[in-house]
Amino acid sequence: MKRATFNNKWLPLFFLLPQLSIIVIFFYWPAWQALRLSFYLEDPFGFGSTFVGFDNYRDIFNNAEYLRIAGFTIVFSVSVTFLSLAIALLFAVKADKVIRGARTYRTLLMWVYAVAPPVAGFIFLVMFSQRWGPITEFLAQFGYDFRVGLDYTDTAIVMITASVWKQIPINFIFFLSGLQSIPRSVMEAARIDNASAQRRFWDVTFPLLAPTGFFLLITNFTYSLFDTFGTIDTVLRGEPASNPMTLVYKVYVDGFRGNDLGGSSAQSVILMVLVLAMTIFQFRLVERRIHYT
Amino acid sequence: MKLLKIAAASVALSLMSGVAQAQTEITWWHAMGGQLGETVNAIAEKFNASQSDYKITPVFKGGYEDTLTAGIAAFRAGEQPNIMQVFDAGSATIIGAKGATVPVQDLLVDNGVDFNIENYISGVRYFYADNDGKMIGMPFNSSSPIMYYNEDALKKAGVEAPKTYEEFEKVTAPALKDAGYVPFAQSHLPWEFVENFFSRHNLPFATNNNGYAGAKGTKILINSKEQKMHWTAVKKWLDQGYFGFYGTSWGDNQSQFEDGNVALWIGSSGSFGGLLKKNLPFKWSATNLPYWEAITKEGYQTFIGGASLFAMSGKPAEENQATAAFFQFLTSPEIQYFWHQQTGYVPITTAAYELAKKDGHYDRFPAAEVGIKQLSLQSGENTRGYRMGFYVQIRDVENREFTRFLNGETDIDSALAAIEKEGNGLLDRFSKTQK
Repeated sequence: MKRATFNNKWLPLFFLLPQLSIIVIFFYWPAWQALRLSFYLEDPFGFGSTFVGFDNYRDIFNNAEYLRIAGFTIVFSVSVTFLSLAIALLFAVKADKVIRGARTYRTLLMWVYAVAPPVAGFIFLVMFSQRWGPITEFLAQFGYDFRVGLDYTDTAIVMITASVWKQIPINFIFFLSGLQSIPRSVMEAARIDNASAQRRFWDVTFPLLAPTGFFLLITNFTYSLFDTFGTIDTVLRGEPASNPMTLVYKVYVDGFRGNDLGGSSAQSVILMVLVLAMTIFQFRLVERRIHYT
Repeated sequence: MKLLKIAAASVALSLMSGVAQAQTEITWWHAMGGQLGETVNAIAEKFNASQSDYKITPVFKGGYEDTLTAGIAAFRAGEQPNIMQVFDAGSATIIGAKGATVPVQDLLVDNGVDFNIENYISGVRYFYADNDGKMIGMPFNSSSPIMYYNEDALKKAGVEAPKTYEEFEKVTAPALKDAGYVPFAQSHLPWEFVENFFSRHNLPFATNNNGYAGAKGTKILINSKEQKMHWTAVKKWLDQGYFGFYGTSWGDNQSQFEDGNVALWIGSSGSFGGLLKKNLPFKWSATNLPYWEAITKEGYQTFIGGASLFAMSGKPAEENQATAAFFQFLTSPEIQYFWHQQTGYVPITTAAYELAKKDGHYDRFPAAEVGIKQLSLQSGENTRGYRMGFYVQIRDVENREFTRFLNGETDIDSALAAIEKEGNGLLDRFSKTQK
């Protein structure tokens, strides 16, 4: 085979320039700006800025509320990721067995994916409304006074439910195609060995699904951290008050609502580091236990 | 014949383009959605039709926070609009940024428009002014918290709308509760139970002349015995069933009044227009915000909330002239009365108020006059308003702590202490952003 080589050292770099500049301008430059701003306290209009060193970071970690929000973010992300993966897997396993009308069944489940996050939030806000929510009325029959927007736990339940509901379809699609790519011969062999359905699932199906599962684990975790913003915003309607929120929403509240550029930048730097660490952790530790075929 | 038509058309066209060339165009970014936005557009059309030198284009930019953020981004890019609407809690941000705006008073005087701050209603005059009393922002949609009441409910309970919180506690609330109502609710804890509480009782809300004297060293004075007394009472009422709390969102509380569950509701004088259009199934009216007789014998005036208009700097002289002309038009009695009638926001000048009176507006709708009357009550050194930076976040802290307190998760001492601590932290951070 003929190998193409460049005699000039700079020419290949020149060809790479468009791509590199896009990466620099749209990825590294904003990240650098955030890092720089996090060491300043700046007037929003840009008239004055004071270098404050690590003050912004110190203020954040001294703030009990920030730590509380960080705690909620972990609870929120873990529950959203776990629930949406578990429920989607259950649906996929069931759908895999459907013979008649399989296509219709799948389409019905995938529909929800087209719903925009704020709409998802709104749907659940209506269902759980204090004033005329059907679920609220249903719960009231059991003596449960469900108060979204007022009670911390109740509001968290609505946020998690809406976010999980929104994410199930995409997980379902991936799991289903993962299931269908498992060789029939393997399943048959397991059946001949007379393994119970449960053992067949945990010993054969589940490990073979692991690559799909791992991919979904990472995408779902980032989804729960970042893409749930629209849902949370709709549920809170701009009134954080004593309601739960995630770290990303806090960045927005301080930066865009409150015009505290320095504090908000410091928060996004922290978030950036956190997500980076988490991704490295997942790849280093979780991926080792996965076998790609 | 055909030729004539073409000739006429071309003459008309050239005339029109001549007009367009001479016109100075200015833009106005605002946060008035829905019905309010339509009224804003109507005012702009009236202005454009009233003369041929200037043309104003209003642009809806979303909520108050969105509008301010968009304006800031535009200013930093050198693409700011001529006029920007900024709400009460954001006023420290824009007024603190010296050089971002042209003070309206200077703008009007420099462009030959008569200006006398005494022409403005008392509670309106100084909220958007600097420490020396120079008006920086033009008050626009000005409102104040007032107490709406369900007349049918009061009649059924055999009581009148209370003037003081003492009267409410002893007389009104028990009677209303017996009559099957939630006696009392409100829609905005920081605005109605904190900011205007300080004004209504003429108490200092912050050091440095309530923050007007500058951001450096300003401290919030929320952790006071009067605030503690008020909140302790509110919590007691909540537990006794005298007070309903449905969350910090405005509508969740207002709807309880509209549904006829709540008899007394503190809302905005600007809620009047909306309530009127809803044709509520009961008779209702409004009266002044109650006050504590234990603190003051007679209630003081409140100050305005809502938002004001700022003339952004860095614009050519002829555009500033257009802005001045628009402000003159906007504050004319006819336009103020039109705005007042359509929306329920108060007219900002005494002349407009007189016009509304003369026209019989208040004979038809007595509740429409409450806000403006309350803004004209006796004044004191702490009734002009407050100026605190990062106040949007401070409000969030207030909402958070008061909700926790009302939910029984914390006590009032720790709630007020937390607001004081975090509030002062934010004020200190804000002062560092100012040169």
